[in-house]
Amino acid sequence: MLSSLDKEMLEKVADLHEIPQGAYNIRRNGVGVQRNTTANIDIVTKKDKPGIDVIVKPYTTGESVHIPVIVTEENITDLVYNTFEIGAYSDVLVVAGCGIHNCGDQKSQHDGIHNFFVRKGAKLKYVEKHYGQGDGRGARVLNPKTIIEAEEGAVVELEMVQIKGIDNTLRETEVRLGDKAKLVLTERLLTYLGQEAQSKITVELNGVDSSAQIISRSVAQDESRQEFYFDLVGRNRARGHIQCDAIIMHAAQVLSTPRVSAYHSQAQLIHEAAIGRIESEQLVKLMSLGLSEKEAEDTILKGFLA
Amino acid sequence: MLEIQGVSLTMEEGQTAEILRHINLRLAEKKIYVITGPNGGGKSSLAKVIMGVYPPSEGKILLDGQDITSKTITERALLGLGYAFQNPPRFKGLKVKELVKLAASTNPDKLNIGDLLHDVGLCAQDYLDRDADASLSGGEMKRIEIATVLARKLKVAVFDEPEAGIDLWSFQRLAETFKFIHEKYDTTIIIISHQERILDLADEIILIANGEVSEQSAKDKILNKILKNEDCCSSQCEKGVIQDAEFAG
Ligand SMILES: Nc1ncnc2c1ncn2[C@@H]1O[C@H](COP(=O)(O)OP(=O)(O)OP(=O)(O)O)[C@@H](O)[C@H]1O
Ligand SMILES: [Mg+2]
Repeated sequence: MLSSLDKEMLEKVADLHEIPQGAYNIRRNGVGVQRNTTANIDIVTKKDKPGIDVIVKPYTTGESVHIPVIVTEENITDLVYNTFEIGAYSDVLVVAGCGIHNCGDQKSQHDGIHNFFVRKGAKLKYVEKHYGQGDGRGARVLNPKTIIEAEEGAVVELEMVQIKGIDNTLRETEVRLGDKAKLVLTERLLTYLGQEAQSKITVELNGVDSSAQIISRSVAQDESRQEFYFDLVGRNRARGHIQCDAIIMHAAQVLSTPRVSAYHSQAQLIHEAAIGRIESEQLVKLMSLGLSEKEAEDTILKGFLA
Repeated sequence: MLEIQGVSLTMEEGQTAEILRHINLRLAEKKIYVITGPNGGGKSSLAKVIMGVYPPSEGKILLDGQDITSKTITERALLGLGYAFQNPPRFKGLKVKELVKLAASTNPDKLNIGDLLHDVGLCAQDYLDRDADASLSGGEMKRIEIATVLARKLKVAVFDEPEAGIDLWSFQRLAETFKFIHEKYDTTIIIISHQERILDLADEIILIANGEVSEQSAKDKILNKILKNEDCCSSQCEKGVIQDAEFAG
């Protein structure tokens, strides 16, 4: 049975108000608690290590898989390996949120390693949301690692959001794209107080006519610190574009390290990065509509991270 | 009524620059004023002083007899002042409809956001869900900026070069829209402009050059003076005045 706290956490990380439709697997404090499979999507517990295999049959369309993880106890270090087989020409949504509620003084940590095989012509939308709450001093730590292999003609949309309550995170993302495979990756990050976040994204454009668009937006407040590493690798006739935008406030720090590596003369790689304060003209405009300075700031940040 | 009494503005950027000098203006209700004058003359700066963006170094601003000189931008907005920027800022991730809704939120009248866009010559269905960011063209952003001011119930509305970048086709409709809000809310309208067609809308024209009001009078009296371009520079200005200028090429 899920408690009301469990339900609240599920809502935050997976927009779930009720038990989801379609396939799902809910993991709480290191153990699977509820699961559902469908005719086209199977979920199997791994035998050699903690985690699950999610198998989507070829040509499955319009179905979703929710695999939320919630940690509501302190002093937990949960490590899980999940493997996703996204069958050829299928079109599915995978939502993998992780919420930590820590009221204690000990650390709560969840490390998820997610391996995706997106087969020929398949379409995958993968949404990963992170959320932390609880007023204890215990740290809430999340270290997700996502590895995606996209085969010929696969289309992968990746949405990674962390906007509240995670004290420490190291997010690693590796994507390898085959012929004509396409990636759209959006990252949204907000840190405050003394939080630290690192994001390392490597995208390899291996196939001919593969393409990648990476849009990273972040807001760093208080004494928080963010570090970004991007590596866009072109090994074929391919296009890649990274757009990295950060708003820095208070005494925060943002470090962004871009790398574009071309191993092919027809690789077109672009990296754009900007770090700056909220533009004063934006604040003035919204205040001239009657918003207070605080409301104007909130409106700008909310839009930026939307 | 908006009164500007002896307003000066200096800015320190490296050296002190006097941008406005002893501006005195009385702007009556229900009138349309057009402020014109050479580039760099101080028109936008005056608008920003009125809106509270720049604090004046001297002088006072009164709205209906109330001294608002030390009021913040937000307070002035809530008192019924509005300003459409010459170069409107853009917002990443903020939708056009969200921006216009924010603008309309203090208006006691219920307004149709789509109709507001229509009034500035934009097809609502094409724009409501777009981001008000750099993906919009200059003219599109400019029209949305105007819509954010039209959305409000104002005592004084300042439009800073509203026609800049707006195509001729929409220009006529814009002129009608100004008249309309003017009548609907009895708003005092101040339009900063270089366009003769906009000057035609004015009850009075104010000429600002070198940071000073050099003339305030009815349209026909002032037009001649503008066309003769008498107020162009602070001192005599001819080619060759700067002797040791750098040469290009
Ligand atoms: N923030 C600022 N810092 C320093 N100087 C400024 C600033 N804003 C304006 N100025 C200067 O003040 C003068 C008046 O500028 P303003 O923008 O008010 O002119 P304007 O009359 O609106 O011109 P235009 O017709 O070109 O829009 C110019 O010389 C300008 O360079
Ligand atoms: Mg100007």
